Amino acid sequence: MTNMTASLGEASVPDAAAHVRYKSPTARGRLPALIIFLPPALLLFTLFVILPMGEAAWYSLYRWNGYGTPTEFVGTRNFQVLFNNAAFSQALVNNGLIILVSLLLQVPLAIWLAVMLSRKIAGVVAFRLVFFLPYVLADVAAGLIWRFVYDGDYGLFAAIAGFFGVATPYVLADKDLAIYAVLAVVIWKYFGFHMMLFIAGLQALDKSIMEAAEIDGATGWQKFRFITLPLLGSTVRLSVFFAIIGSLQLFDLIMPLTGGGPSNSTQTMVTFLYTYGVTRMQVGLGSAVGVVLFVICVTIAFGYKRIFMRHD
Amino acid sequence: MTDTTSTRRMPIGTRIYLYLSLSLVAAIVLVPLVTTALGGFKTLGDLRVNPFGLPSDWVWSNYVDILFGERYWRQMVNSLIIACTTVFLTLVVSSMAAFCFAHIRFFGANQLLNYFLIGLMFPAATAILPLFIRIRDLGLLDSYWGVILPQVAFGLGMSILLFRNYFRNLPEDLFQAAFVDGCGYIRFFWYISLPLSRPIVATVGIVTFVSSWNSYILPLIMLNTESKYPWPLGIMVYRGEFGTDWQLVLAFITLTILPTIIVFFLAQKHIIAGLTAGAVKS
Repeated sequence: MTNMTASLGEASVPDAAAHVRYKSPTARGRLPALIIFLPPALLLFTLFVILPMGEAAWYSLYRWNGYGTPTEFVGTRNFQVLFNNAAFSQALVNNGLIILVSLLLQVPLAIWLAVMLSRKIAGVVAFRLVFFLPYVLADVAAGLIWRFVYDGDYGLFAAIAGFFGVATPYVLADKDLAIYAVLAVVIWKYFGFHMMLFIAGLQALDKSIMEAAEIDGATGWQKFRFITLPLLGSTVRLSVFFAIIGSLQLFDLIMPLTGGGPSNSTQTMVTFLYTYGVTRMQVGLGSAVGVVLFVICVTIAFGYKRIFMRHD
Repeated sequence: MTDTTSTRRMPIGTRIYLYLSLSLVAAIVLVPLVTTALGGFKTLGDLRVNPFGLPSDWVWSNYVDILFGERYWRQMVNSLIIACTTVFLTLVVSSMAAFCFAHIRFFGANQLLNYFLIGLMFPAATAILPLFIRIRDLGLLDSYWGVILPQVAFGLGMSILLFRNYFRNLPEDLFQAAFVDGCGYIRFFWYISLPLSRPIVATVGIVTFVSSWNSYILPLIMLNTESKYPWPLGIMVYRGEFGTDWQLVLAFITLTILPTIIVFFLAQKHIIAGLTAGAVKS
C-alpha cells in the first residue's frame, strides 16, 4: 500500500527537492513540535508522579513530621517498625485475603455470568447493564450504602435478623466478621467489571470451534471445560491481574465502611498509610508503607507479565 | 438463523435455571440501591420497622430540603469543575505527547515512552505523602489545582498509551499526502490526527472523567475547606454530621449518585466500552 502511493507520488512530483523531502519520513517542523508537545506531559509527570515516588524512598529513611527539611536519619528503622506492627501485618494479610477471594470467588462468578449472558436470551442487555452498574458508582457511595445495609439498628441486616427472630448482628463492629463483610462489598462492587472482560473475551472466540464441538455431540459442560475455558486463558490472566492491582490499592471502599476498624481488623496497606502516616503526619513511616506498596506492585507487574502473560 | 433455532431448542429447565440465577444476582445488586433510594422517603421510625418495603408515608421533605439547600449543588459543581478541568488537561497534554511517540522519530523516544509507562505500575496512594508536601510547597494546598494536577499526572501513562496506539493505526497514506503538500507536524496534529481520533478522545475522556468524578483520596488529602469539597468527600462529611439520621443520609447518597446512574443509562454503550477498553488496551 505504502509502496504504491510512493511510486504514484514520485511520478506526480518530478521536483527533486520534493522527492528528497518525500523520501525521509519526517516532515517540516520536527523540532518545534517536540518542543511544544512533549514538555507539558514530561513536567507534570515528573513533578507529580516520579519525583514524589523517589522522595518517598528518601523520606522513608528519616523520622520527619513534614516541616523544614528531614534531618533525623534513622536508617531502616521505619521498615522495622512497620514489619513489627500488628496493624500493618493485618493489613498485609487482608490485602492477601482480598486477592484470594477475587481469585476463588469473583473470577469464577464473573465467568459464570458472562457465559450465561453470552446466550441469546431475552433481557441479556438489561442484565449486563445492572451487573455493571456498581462498578460505575463511586467506591465511597457504595461503601456508605453497604454501611446502611449492614447497620444493626436500621439496616437490612437488622430487618432480616428480626424476621428470623435472632439477635441483630453488628457485622461491621465485630472484629472477626467485619473483614468478610468488606469482602462481600468488594465482590458486589467489582464483579461486573470482570464479567464485562469475559463477555468481550467470549465474543472474540471463534464460533466455528463451538459448532464443530456441537456436531461432535459435546455436552454443555464439556464445551465449557475443554473449549471455552482454555480459550479464555488470556482473559482470565488479565482479570486476575486487575483483581490483584485493584485490591492492593483498596482504600475508598474501606473508609466509609469501617475506616480500617474495629481494632484494625479491616486495614489495608493504603488505609494503614492514611491512618498512621497521613493523619499523624509521620512522613517517614508513611513513606515506608509507600515504598513497600511500590515494591509489591512493581514486582507483581513485572513478575506476572513475565510468568503468566508472556504469550498474550 | 442458527441462533434462533438454538434458542427454541433450549430446554425449559435450562431457561428457568438461567433466569433464576440472573435474577438472583440482579436482586443482590439492586436491593441495596433501591432500599437506599426508598429509605430517603421514610421517617427514621419507619426505616427502623420497615427498611425493605415502600414507605408507609412518602416523606418528600428529606429530598426537597437537600435539593433546595446550597450544599448539594455546591458539591456537585465542585466535582464538575475538578473533573472537567482534569479531562480537558489530560486530553490536551496526553494527545500532544502521544503524537510525538507515534509519528516523530527522535533520540530516546522509546526510553521516554517507557518512562511514562512506569506510571501504570503503581497507585497514586503510594507517594501520597511526598505529593502532599510538594503541593503544599507549591502553595496549591486547598485549591482545585492541588487535586487536578496530580490527577492529570497519574492518568498520563494510560492516556498516552491509548492515544499513541490509536495515532499509529491511522492510515499511513494520510501522512504521505500531507507531508508532500508541505504540511508540518503541528498542523498535521491539529487538522488531521485530532479530528480523526474522536473514538479515542471519547475513551480517554470517559475513563478520566469517571475516575475524577469518583475520586476520594486526593481531595481528602489536598482540600480542607468544606466549601471546596467534591461530592465523595461531601457525603462522608454529611454522614459524619447527621450520624444515625439514616433517612437524611440515604436521601443525600441517592441524590449524589443519581447523575452517575442517569448518565450511565443514557450513554451505557460508550461508558462500558470506554471503561473496559481503557483497562484492557493499557
